[in-house]
Amino acid sequence: MMTRLCAALGGVAAAALLSAGAAQAQDPPNCPEGDFELTIVSWGGAYEDSQRKAYYEPYMAACPNVTIVQESASNEGVAKMRAQAEAGNVTWDVVDLVAADAIRVCDEGLAMEIDHDEWLRPAPDGTPASEDMGDLIVSACFIPEIVYSTTFGYRSDVAEWGGKEPSQICDVFDLETFPGKRSLEKRIINNAEWALLCDGVDPDDVYDVLATPEGVDRALAKLDTIKDQVIWWAAGAETPQRLADGEVVMGSTYNGRLFSVIEEQDQPVKMLWDWQVFDLDGWVIPAGVSEDELPAIRSFLEFATDTQRLADQAAYISYGPARASSASLVGKHADLGIDMAPHMPTDPENSKNTLVYNYFFWADYRDDLDAKFQAWLAQ
Amino acid sequence: MAEATLQDGYNTGSQTESGSGPMLAADGTPLKVSLARAMRRQKLRALMLVAPLFLFIVLTFIGPIADMLFRSVENSLVPDTLPRTVEALESWDPDSGELPGEEVYAALAADMSEAFEAKMHTRLGSRLNYEYSGASSVFRASGRQATQMEGGNYKEQFLEINPGWGDIGLWKTIYQFSGHYTPGYFLNAADAQLTVDGIKLKPDGERIYLYLFWRTLLLSMTITATCILLGYPIAWLLANLPLRTSNLLLILVLLPFWTSLLVRTSSWIVLLQQNGVINDLLVYSGILSDQNRLQMMFNQTGTIVAMTHILLPFMVLPLYSVMKTIPPAYVRAAKSLGATDWTAFWRVYFPNTVPGIGAGSILVFILSIGYYITPELVGGTDGIFISNRIAYHISSSLNWGLAAALGVILLVVVLGLYWCYDKIVGIDNVKLG
Repeated sequence: MMTRLCAALGGVAAAALLSAGAAQAQDPPNCPEGDFELTIVSWGGAYEDSQRKAYYEPYMAACPNVTIVQESASNEGVAKMRAQAEAGNVTWDVVDLVAADAIRVCDEGLAMEIDHDEWLRPAPDGTPASEDMGDLIVSACFIPEIVYSTTFGYRSDVAEWGGKEPSQICDVFDLETFPGKRSLEKRIINNAEWALLCDGVDPDDVYDVLATPEGVDRALAKLDTIKDQVIWWAAGAETPQRLADGEVVMGSTYNGRLFSVIEEQDQPVKMLWDWQVFDLDGWVIPAGVSEDELPAIRSFLEFATDTQRLADQAAYISYGPARASSASLVGKHADLGIDMAPHMPTDPENSKNTLVYNYFFWADYRDDLDAKFQAWLAQ
Repeated sequence: MAEATLQDGYNTGSQTESGSGPMLAADGTPLKVSLARAMRRQKLRALMLVAPLFLFIVLTFIGPIADMLFRSVENSLVPDTLPRTVEALESWDPDSGELPGEEVYAALAADMSEAFEAKMHTRLGSRLNYEYSGASSVFRASGRQATQMEGGNYKEQFLEINPGWGDIGLWKTIYQFSGHYTPGYFLNAADAQLTVDGIKLKPDGERIYLYLFWRTLLLSMTITATCILLGYPIAWLLANLPLRTSNLLLILVLLPFWTSLLVRTSSWIVLLQQNGVINDLLVYSGILSDQNRLQMMFNQTGTIVAMTHILLPFMVLPLYSVMKTIPPAYVRAAKSLGATDWTAFWRVYFPNTVPGIGAGSILVFILSIGYYITPELVGGTDGIFISNRIAYHISSSLNWGLAAALGVILLVVVLGLYWCYDKIVGIDNVKLG
């Protein structure tokens, strides 16, 4: 599974190289008939802004009979979808979720299974959507939208480092060469993988090791070596703030957040892409959504996930489009005018060593390992 | 009182029935009946007036809470999704160390294909995964294939689909959680687990909840205490300064009260972090060296400081309203009778303020015990509360049963403390205003 996903992502990257810049027809949406109000749920912040500019506004301009209502509640999306389903009052129409959550709502029967080829447009060259998105369709309920990664940023002006800069993930665990506080996410996912990699586990064996109690102990023991230098984060905005304030010297967060600190806010921060963890974000439709809304939902999703629109979003935020055919259309940042391709997690320069979030491993082990991690944190 | 007298009169009347008969009202009906009718009408009217609010509270508050609490023991998903399997498993001995027999697997095949049609198999998988890691993928992988199984030799076919079906631990978990109700969530919430050999404490490395409950109580009490220490002098000032000055001060107390919680919490981060304002000032003034900046944030100190600030108005306001009602003459009288300043305060003024302290403490304590946003942001690892875990299980892990069990325990602990408070201080001795 993982290697196939890697290959798919590699394809996205390779296509980016062939930046042909072919002119793309601006396919208008197939507007539904009648008046509609769509409630679209997303993450807020810069990410939802990029969606508004790339999807919502062009769509509403073309289909004035559809009004899009934005709600920023994706961080509690799964719980609220369940609550709505149990109350029999589904008010959301389209929800933006990370892939792991999408799998969860699909497992729980809270999201609708869809036929990707029937619902979505093929690539400009005629490749069906299911092939264009390939292995990124990790669940039958999930329409992939972007590829993002969780990776490290570090301050480039730390005096104690004597001019050296971290170049690989294991430098995070090297307190002698790179002293200072680190900002890590307050959950075991990703941290355990990085710890095991730096404890000498072969990248291919990481999840086999982590599936055993000894492997978990080994990962936690490695994390123990830096525990008193770690400040844990719960929200993606915390690491950028701590880096900017000099509260930490390095820290993990989503690559788009680091892009914004580095390029938009011009802070002395650099990216450490080594062993970034790829993850996906995309759309799901709540099960039990009103039949009357479906035409508008379909029309919106067909438009918002076509090749051009996915590429458009990359002009506002440094997340890679989920279609292979979009890669060649990724252009410049809308305000800064810089090329976006080198800032994409999928760029070949950035993706020499990568992990892909292992959805099926974590679906099984997340509850158990989280309990162990929390107990370890509290010690 | 009037009713009682009339009733007595009626009773006397009925006892001496042979004489005048029951006392009658003006329209000829017995007085008791007529009176009861009038009273009933009045009670009904009163009830009608209360009804909207009562119904509202039942429907939007008590009902949902009861429903949520019920989830802490509810386990119908397993017996409802796998009815035949559960029945067939009754004859299986989990201690035998052997996998269940062919008839169980046959029942499972029937149950699974029905569950697959209803899209319940993955839901059941995630339910059992809370108890047994790996259940989720076993169920997800087996749904579709279960519908295409051929008769006979189901066991072999299941083992072929997923080796997980040959794992005796999974079968023990299904066996253990086959009832409509389960104590499993409560045991989990108390760091224990239900196994076929009975209830066992979890291994050392996985215990967390009891410790978190303890820490939550301890930190909440500390926060209440610091609120009393800081709030008492402020309230005293407010109550004793001339009105114009005290009104200004009152606005200063209320201003943060009206500011967004997140803004106040973030401001504390800016102030207290290691490269924050306070540390910078200390280093700049030469009190601290640059290497020894204080760690005041992302630990218990951070939580206590930020929460004390946020909850302080809930202490100051009841204290203020109580102090406002204490006549200054009391203290003057005490002093004129020869009491020192301290004696006058401690023996005369302070006892009068105890109802305010009581009210403030209850408010602050109960509010802080359920806080989770502030601890999450400033608490680091050792300053987080049990409510952070409840929020995690509600919104992230979707283990609502465990969240409900943790919530019930928290509710019971709070009610228990309230009862203790009533016994020691007396709940009548609390004044909110």
